[in-house]
Amino acid sequence: MDHPIEAHHQHPKYALIFGALLILTAVTVAISRVHLGLTGNWALAIGVALFKGSLVGLYFMHLKFEKKQLLWLLLIPVFYALALIIGLLPDLVFGA
Amino acid sequence: LILQVIGAAFDLTGAVQLTNRRMRMQATLTHDQQMPNPLGLTPIKFGLWLFLASEIMFFTGLLGSFIVLRIAQPEIFHEQASELSWPLAGFNTLVLIGSSFTMALGVARAQDGKPKEASSFLLFTLLLGLVFLGVKAFEYSHQFQHGIFPSSSLFFASYFTMTGCHGLHVIAGLIPMFRLFLKGRKGTLTAEGAELLGLYWHFVDLVWIFLFPLLYLL
Repeated sequence: MDHPIEAHHQHPKYALIFGALLILTAVTVAISRVHLGLTGNWALAIGVALFKGSLVGLYFMHLKFEKKQLLWLLLIPVFYALALIIGLLPDLVFGA
Repeated sequence: LILQVIGAAFDLTGAVQLTNRRMRMQATLTHDQQMPNPLGLTPIKFGLWLFLASEIMFFTGLLGSFIVLRIAQPEIFHEQASELSWPLAGFNTLVLIGSSFTMALGVARAQDGKPKEASSFLLFTLLLGLVFLGVKAFEYSHQFQHGIFPSSSLFFASYFTMTGCHGLHVIAGLIPMFRLFLKGRKGTLTAEGAELLGLYWHFVDLVWIFLFPLLYLL
């Protein structure tokens, strides 16, 4: 057991995560059937997708058990993408 | 100039010798004393995470530009999105989530030192990946028959670009998966090999989790 990878014997409860992902997929579809206005539907759909994505990242990809700095490494490109979206938005929101 | 070149060459050989010596020294050290593992990960796993970070940039860039385009023409995009079959894509979402689940179980078996059991889960994951590609191919052929091509509109150009790039990632994942499946049969599958493949596969699943609502549902 001198190798760090073999060190963790307990695995996360993958079946639980799988179940949650299935339910959340149903929730995503259900949300799209209800009309909450463009912003409302978008915010909810992206919110649920972010939550599902976090479950996959944290448990299936073990990010929860890695060092926190790794998370920053992965969030930086997401910030770049946000800058891309927000940078282009003024023309769409305030433009003619 | 010649002297400079010779000097540089000397510097270079010196540096190479130094690196060689250092590598030899490290080879004689015990495991704990070796090169520090970045972020507590093995160098190859750290490398894979860096690769995944660049993949995040790639897909968030695509998704980001799609969101901007969509906000610019919400009605047109909504109308064209409704031409896609969300039940088929929903089914594919379940298939891909299921494949992530079987992959996680396979990696866990490999970590427990049971490569044969792990390879059975890898085979199951592989089959689910093929189902996903089959459904996707059916969708594409249906769209082509109805005269829907990437050149049809901005929405469909985005749709084919994003699902196409994602599909290529699925194919790219199935190839090493088949190799590791064979390794597992032989009992030579390592925990790290399974983990690396698992991380990549979960990432591909993660991308689809965002593509499904953004393309098919909104």
